[in-house]
Amino acid sequence: MPWTKKIQSGENAGGLLVEAVSRSRVAAVAVVLLILVWALWLPGAPSEKHLSVYSTVANYSLPLVQREGRDYVGLLELFEPLGKVSAKSDSQRWRLRYNNVQADFQPGKTHAQVQGRDADLGGKFLLENGRGLVPVGSLGALMPRVLGGPVAVHEESDRVFIGGVATHFTASLTGDPARLVLHFTAPVNPSVATEPGALRMTFAHEPLVAPASPTLTFGSKTIPSAIYSESNGMAILTVNALIPVMATFGNDGRTITVSPAAPPVSAPPNPASQNIPPGATPATSAQPTQAAPAAPAAASAGRRYFAIVDASHGGDDHGETLSTTLLEKDVTVALARSLRQELESRGITTLVLRDSDANLSVDQRAVFANADHAAIYIALHAASSGHGVRVYTSMLPIGDNDRGPFRSWSTAQHSSLQLSQSTASLVAGEIQKRQIPVRDLSAPLRPLNNVIGPAIAVEVAPQGSDVSQLTAPDYEQLITSAVATAIAAARDQLGGAP
Amino acid sequence: MIPRHLKIGMVVLLLAALGLGVYAWHMRKAVTATAVAPTDTRPLAPPVAGPTEGVVLFVAHDEDGTLRPESAQIPMPSGRQQRAEELLRALLSIYLDKSSPHVLGAGSEIRSVFLVDPGIAVIDLNAAFANTHRSGVLVEDLTVASLIHTISANTPGILKVQILVDGNERDTLAGHADLSSYYDVSAVNQLAVQLQPGQ
Repeated sequence: MPWTKKIQSGENAGGLLVEAVSRSRVAAVAVVLLILVWALWLPGAPSEKHLSVYSTVANYSLPLVQREGRDYVGLLELFEPLGKVSAKSDSQRWRLRYNNVQADFQPGKTHAQVQGRDADLGGKFLLENGRGLVPVGSLGALMPRVLGGPVAVHEESDRVFIGGVATHFTASLTGDPARLVLHFTAPVNPSVATEPGALRMTFAHEPLVAPASPTLTFGSKTIPSAIYSESNGMAILTVNALIPVMATFGNDGRTITVSPAAPPVSAPPNPASQNIPPGATPATSAQPTQAAPAAPAAASAGRRYFAIVDASHGGDDHGETLSTTLLEKDVTVALARSLRQELESRGITTLVLRDSDANLSVDQRAVFANADHAAIYIALHAASSGHGVRVYTSMLPIGDNDRGPFRSWSTAQHSSLQLSQSTASLVAGEIQKRQIPVRDLSAPLRPLNNVIGPAIAVEVAPQGSDVSQLTAPDYEQLITSAVATAIAAARDQLGGAP
Repeated sequence: MIPRHLKIGMVVLLLAALGLGVYAWHMRKAVTATAVAPTDTRPLAPPVAGPTEGVVLFVAHDEDGTLRPESAQIPMPSGRQQRAEELLRALLSIYLDKSSPHVLGAGSEIRSVFLVDPGIAVIDLNAAFANTHRSGVLVEDLTVASLIHTISANTPGILKVQILVDGNERDTLAGHADLSSYYDVSAVNQLAVQLQPGQ
């Protein structure tokens, strides 16, 4: 029994102990190294890749999977939004049927049969749990045969254009100070981000295609160039600027103006001027209606925008699901744009807090409104229940008492509540003049409680039971023009608000 | 050649493993046989019986977005807290009825009501109540006003109300009505006036 002899020997037992300790140290070092390698690898982990498909029927995005060092996409998911599609499989063959077109695939084979004709896939067809996968590179050859029409595949950027759906744009520099005006052939709604020296617009849902040259130079000292690029199913337009710039949407999303972010009124710097929320598109001094009477100078001190229009919800927060295809967050953005246009046409400088599908917490919304010292904060909501419009003011909760100059966050609205209520009455009265059912109520609705200045919320419901009325431009305009008329009427009253 | 003691050890270990396997199988069967149903519907307290009492319930009506007082005769226990619970459960039964004027999701329940002196009521809703509630400023406003106005109108002395969901604070009821703060009963009473028909 050699092992018992070793343990009985003190020297050998000591040797075993040392060996055990050194092994545990090696194990500990290995674990630490593994953690370090993992930590170093994690930030560099590639984000999930997507294929964007644009067509006249639907624009959609599909996840890609990596197989054999290539990007693969599921065929069923690819064709499903475009028409009637089904698949059958056995051990030898996977058969796809799209409308009246039949395509046969064999696992591991690089060729397929579409309507009896051979199609080169440029890579192996894979069958995983009944799911047929093809390389993205094969779509250029495969999709036109299945769909029976032209398909353009941007393999490098994982974008597929079915038919003539592409959105083109032109860029021109005008004015002094220089403004970059981008005209699009269809409405666009990119997410906008700023970074030192650049403003980046990401078009995740629009079939935007490159101009003649991906690099556009303008010969301006302030906005020298713009670069178009595509990656991971998205188009990105980066505007290089040597001064802070902001983007303004116009012409129902067909025009984006990039202009210097200088404040329109002479005012001391305030946090709002550095803190435009994600997706916000403020009005600029270049608006054609600037000649209209502005808010009283005393009231505008420390204020960049007279009105802050807040498209409620956004990002992960969809708000109410108004129908299978309509979300509250999308209706509120459209209403906000319309209201901004109506306010600006009455000479009221306006910031739309959320002009893209950005996540913005209620606290952030209140912070932006308070930091700007806006004369009026207007939150927009949409609903399927009830009829017409509801105008809300804050129903203040029981909060901590204010302490000296510090105000309780939950009851910050307290000092402006009366002015909010009188403004809400004016708005309700103006809507009533347009024969739309309207009610003037209080509601426990944040961030109304947290806004220091006058604050109201407007909830728009259809006049009947058809929620599609919420997206009807004339109904939107009828309501937003009424709200804007009331705000303009209350301008002097609101101008002196804190 | 494997030493004899190793063979014996191996046999003992195998027998032990086999024995533990049989024991685990037996225990698994025993646990399966005694498993409690996921939804335990056994009553925790006797049903309220006895003489009925007239109360006023403030019932939300979606068709015109109003809050209407409705008299009801319900059996009321003697305890103040139990009375508050029965009131809200009577209100909830109207909303869960097929012909409800303000539909709430199936499974909505008032878990409990706590009355804490001085003048604080805490209404604890179950998760289904909030998770299945329709989203919208007015529909959520109506629910909150209905609950709070009913409890405060029938239970004197309540000054502020907090609404919890499954015993926890929640930001909103269904995306709009704020549940993160205490409601001022006087402010809710003003809202109830605004929500009356004809206002």
